[in-house]
Amino acid sequence: MAILVFVEQRNGQVRSVAREALGEAVRLAASLGGPVVGVCAAASDPGLARLGEAGASEILLAAHPAFHRYEPAGYAQAVAAAVERVKPSVVLFPASSMGRDLAPRVAARLGVGLAADCTALAVEDGRVVATRPVYAGKAFQRVAFTTAPALVSLRPKMFAPAPAQNGGTPPVTPLAVDYDSATARSTVRELKTTSAGKADLTEAEIIVSGGRGLQGPEHFDLIESLAEALGATVGASRAVVDAGWRPHEDQVGQTGKTVSPKLYVAVAISGAVQHLAGMSSSRCIVAINKDPEAPIFKVADFGLVGDAFEVVPALIEAVKALNRA
Amino acid sequence: MLQVVCIKQVADTETRVKVAADGRTLDPGGVTWILNPYDEFALEQALRIRESAGAGEVVVISLGGPGVPTTLRNALALGADRAIHLKTDGGPTDPLQVARALAAELKTPPLDSARLLWFGKQAVDDGACQVAPMVAELLGHPCVTVVAAMELEGEQALLEREVEGGREVVEVTLPAVLAADKGLNEPRYASLKGIMAAKKKPLEEKPITLPAPSLEVLSLALPPARAPGRIVGQGAAAVPELVRVLREEAKVI
Repeated sequence: MAILVFVEQRNGQVRSVAREALGEAVRLAASLGGPVVGVCAAASDPGLARLGEAGASEILLAAHPAFHRYEPAGYAQAVAAAVERVKPSVVLFPASSMGRDLAPRVAARLGVGLAADCTALAVEDGRVVATRPVYAGKAFQRVAFTTAPALVSLRPKMFAPAPAQNGGTPPVTPLAVDYDSATARSTVRELKTTSAGKADLTEAEIIVSGGRGLQGPEHFDLIESLAEALGATVGASRAVVDAGWRPHEDQVGQTGKTVSPKLYVAVAISGAVQHLAGMSSSRCIVAINKDPEAPIFKVADFGLVGDAFEVVPALIEAVKALNRA
Repeated sequence: MLQVVCIKQVADTETRVKVAADGRTLDPGGVTWILNPYDEFALEQALRIRESAGAGEVVVISLGGPGVPTTLRNALALGADRAIHLKTDGGPTDPLQVARALAAELKTPPLDSARLLWFGKQAVDDGACQVAPMVAELLGHPCVTVVAAMELEGEQALLEREVEGGREVVEVTLPAVLAADKGLNEPRYASLKGIMAAKKKPLEEKPITLPAPSLEVLSLALPPARAPGRIVGQGAAAVPELVRVLREEAKVI
């Protein structure tokens, strides 16, 4: 049986989360068998044939002018049509903004279970077992499916894309979707870009977060400068967001975003339970705090005890020197 | 205008998770139960819409075990007009089960005339973000999740939803399902008057039988402890060492 992957595109660009999902599909196919088939909803082909190197053996393209932007009902119809055609054992989505919205619709439409925001998948006795964080990562649940196909959404940055394969060029097959956008009662009118060129927190390789120890919003320029030197995205603790220093989009933690970058730098963040929950799946954690007893040091791989106003400028200079070298 | 706010009772975010003896669920010992934080934004927005219209009804509905009425009373104290408790034995549920049970209730008069069906964007316990879009799909309604800003004019609503690196501006025609994000508004606190009034507001208990599950929880476990880290030094003098370990040992810069 096939493994179906929802190939997310935005503005005609296939997003990196699609390659992550295809990579996991290739690994699952090694145990479950079956071809890896992608399904993409778009206004026109966003270069899907290139996904052969990411592991796809066929891509179904549901093309419709309205699919230029995310059209929930239309996209759900497209994925459901692909399921009907391919009859997969597993359907993978990215747990991106789009995937989190789309996958539950498809699940309800098909009447099957969805394991959301998974961090690992395994095949045990021939069935798919998904591992997913609960309580914002304070615990992990392993779930199996009592319905088929098994729908799974994958947390961004947790799954490696398949190594580039010489898999050739997969056929891009049109998928007929009888969708009338005039009947849609919800339409995306506009996409406002707030952080041009910066990776979203959930997809960032490096994050620099600031906490209340910075004493005021005006000192976040230190965090911004360090982030710029590292090519990082800026995050914040709940205390800082609740105080109105930073927008909620920046919040990392149980009532903000759960992140898994390769490097997380926590500056002047003491490390409340709810913050730790949101970032402890980062690969490498650095804490800079003047209080040696701060709980953040318990999860940090590398800690530096010191005043942020002294340490961060020195760190910025050191990173810049490294960049120049 | 009738609005329904679907709320969930969850463990407080300060909870230190302990696994129960069954190895699959949270040990409820010592847990403080609260209204899911994101649901507060949904309820607040519904109350504001009712208040600015000067008319209308806000019904809160929650599915769960015998402890749920405490949280429903809390929502009544904040200003909801009446509450419905879809009572289960309190055992685990999966999102599709919950969505189907809610949708069945929401299809029943008088709730079927609701123009706005509110949810929080996610529950802070299972973090599934599934029930709102599922209910929308089951009812044939449009749905906007992660709502961070809203303008309502008659039967049209203009919403902003947060996406990676930006915001989508979405226009919907009511009736619609909306899932609120933090930042949509600043939720109020319950007043003493509200708490007193809540005791007299109607809270209807409806025992239900859940549809069959679609997921089976095999286990719940704490994450593996991170390997102990180390302090590289004190103050700005330790910066070169920090940069060295990040570059040479962790290989992350």
